[in-house]
Amino acid sequence: MSAVCGSLSRSRAAVRCLCSRAAAEAHHDVIRPAFPPLQSFSEEESMMRDAVKKFAQERIAPFVSKMDEDSVMDADVISALFEQGLMGIEIGAEYGGTGSSFFSSILVIEELAKVDPSVSVLCDIQNTLINTLLTNLGTEEQKQHYLPRLASDTVGSFCLSESESGSDAFSLKTKAEKHKDYYIINGSKMWISNAEHAGVFLVMANAEPAAGYRGITCFIVDRHTDGLHIGRKENKLGLRASSTCPLTFDNMKVHEKNILGKVGHGYKYAIGMLNGGRIGIAAQMLGLAQGCFDHTVPYTRQRVQFGKRIFDFQGMQHQIAHVATQLEAARLLTYNAARLKEAGRSFIKEACMAKYFSAEVATLTTSKCIEWMGGVGFTKDYPIEKYYRDCKIGAIYEGTTNIQLSTMAKMIDQEYDG
Amino acid sequence: MSARVLVGVKRVIDYAVKIRVKPDRTGVVTDGVKHSMNPFCEIAVEEAVKLKEKKLVKEVVAVSCGPQQVQETIRTALAMGADRGIHVEVSGKDYETLGPLQVSKILAALAKKEQADLIILGKQAIDDDCNQTGQMTAALLDWPQRSPEDGTFASEVNIEADKLKVVREIDGGLETIKINLPAVVTADLRLNTPRYATLPNIMKAKKKKIANVKPADLGVDVSSRLEVLKVDEPPQRQAGVKVETVHDLVGKLKEAGRI
Repeated sequence: MSAVCGSLSRSRAAVRCLCSRAAAEAHHDVIRPAFPPLQSFSEEESMMRDAVKKFAQERIAPFVSKMDEDSVMDADVISALFEQGLMGIEIGAEYGGTGSSFFSSILVIEELAKVDPSVSVLCDIQNTLINTLLTNLGTEEQKQHYLPRLASDTVGSFCLSESESGSDAFSLKTKAEKHKDYYIINGSKMWISNAEHAGVFLVMANAEPAAGYRGITCFIVDRHTDGLHIGRKENKLGLRASSTCPLTFDNMKVHEKNILGKVGHGYKYAIGMLNGGRIGIAAQMLGLAQGCFDHTVPYTRQRVQFGKRIFDFQGMQHQIAHVATQLEAARLLTYNAARLKEAGRSFIKEACMAKYFSAEVATLTTSKCIEWMGGVGFTKDYPIEKYYRDCKIGAIYEGTTNIQLSTMAKMIDQEYDG
Repeated sequence: MSARVLVGVKRVIDYAVKIRVKPDRTGVVTDGVKHSMNPFCEIAVEEAVKLKEKKLVKEVVAVSCGPQQVQETIRTALAMGADRGIHVEVSGKDYETLGPLQVSKILAALAKKEQADLIILGKQAIDDDCNQTGQMTAALLDWPQRSPEDGTFASEVNIEADKLKVVREIDGGLETIKINLPAVVTADLRLNTPRYATLPNIMKAKKKKIANVKPADLGVDVSSRLEVLKVDEPPQRQAGVKVETVHDLVGKLKEAGRI
């Protein structure tokens, strides 16, 4: 049963209102209003979030600075993610996964991003893109073969963008020529996240160029396939520990049984899955912003100038309160988009809004945090400048801000069709 | 081995929270404050689960006394590997005055009811720092009690034949103690490093059972013999004073009435 549909009944039953700790403790029975606030979590979701929070603090935080400096994800960090069950959150227990819901993935991505957005994006891509595609579209044989590996030790990469096609994704030029029961793939991809560590690649190639985008097909390619070359990773401004590499396909042979879904339907799959992936990125940007904010406010409460805490200056208070409001708004947009998706309701516009807004809030928050920290915010000895560098990609990848806005506008236009 | 282990877990204010005294000075603020499993209890659970993984015990049962919220704490123990839980319902005034004597009576009654062979508890709770429950429980049951740590470096707990074997580091080397089962063991900080509850285990924990029980069902009277008169913040640290000579020091001490 698809993880998305299954979580509908689970989430309805499970969204119990833990309204606020205060209320719950004042009354020994937990209050259950008919429409719980957005920031209500099932017991399972709360436990997961707390477990990941603790794990991230103890097993990831110590490595963050070095991973950023060296632009390398620590292998122990990656295996720890697998050990904790964070790489197969929605994969069913029958395939060795955690068997939880989309919302749990969102909470995990948010918590990881508070500590390291690079680690968060690795987890996000695996869960919201790779695992989702395979779970929803895979044949039983493909699922049996790949899902257990994805849950236990294999990182996945999603390969759509090329040097000449980013936002204009469907003008991709990588070709797949059919020969009997296999395809020969030629072309290249750029900006492929996780490529350094991935064991499996989902490659979008056009099997029928004459049909335009309706020829785009999704191929499952194992790392050691002949003809697959992984290029040198980019030297990036931010998210440096996340590997971003170009790929080349040189007469790469892929059997037709490695096609995911149907020939020529790849474009549909890409759009469908990116709609959900968008919410994952919103969660990542949200966590990034919150993590940065959480490092900064304690400093403003300690730092004394002119005889008082810099937090006590009205100018600072107003700025801090403004940013806190933006964070809350971003959180509600993200959580609501996630709950809408789980409930099987239309969520595309809301997902675009969440991603666009969270990326903006991340930029605002990190920029302000550096200012509030003053000189120390500008040094690498403090974690703030890293968040500032990491946030910028939020407005660019998985659909640029302009694309999000255009998509929203199209939907708004349709709403008024009457 | 068919041994059954009872592990007590206490829900306490999280160690990282800044504690504040209530304005009426009857206790500390608990409303809206983050709570979690007592760190010593986490170590107790870890030790019990390790014994189960070594196939030395068959079943680990997590027990907690308190209101509805302690079920979260029991679930955490289940997510770490305990097999089932028992929630002893105590709420309101009874919960506020619940202390080691009542808890040890409850644990003793449960140990008999569940036919437990071993009870593992945290040495003390970080809220009241009593360090009494383990000892009292053992006394009530007339079982031996041991802290494998006892303030020295981490050691091992094992079950051989029908005895509990405890190895601990002492100044002169290693000391091995064998005590008869059934027994009570209290865990100190360096006994082990508690595992994280992995996400798959959190999911599995949802299916494990937590039984509800009232102290009256166990024949235990939870009324307290102690009354808290008042709770105060520790006195604020005063700034010190620097002196130049020993003569000045003596002078200051005399002034302060210390000598």
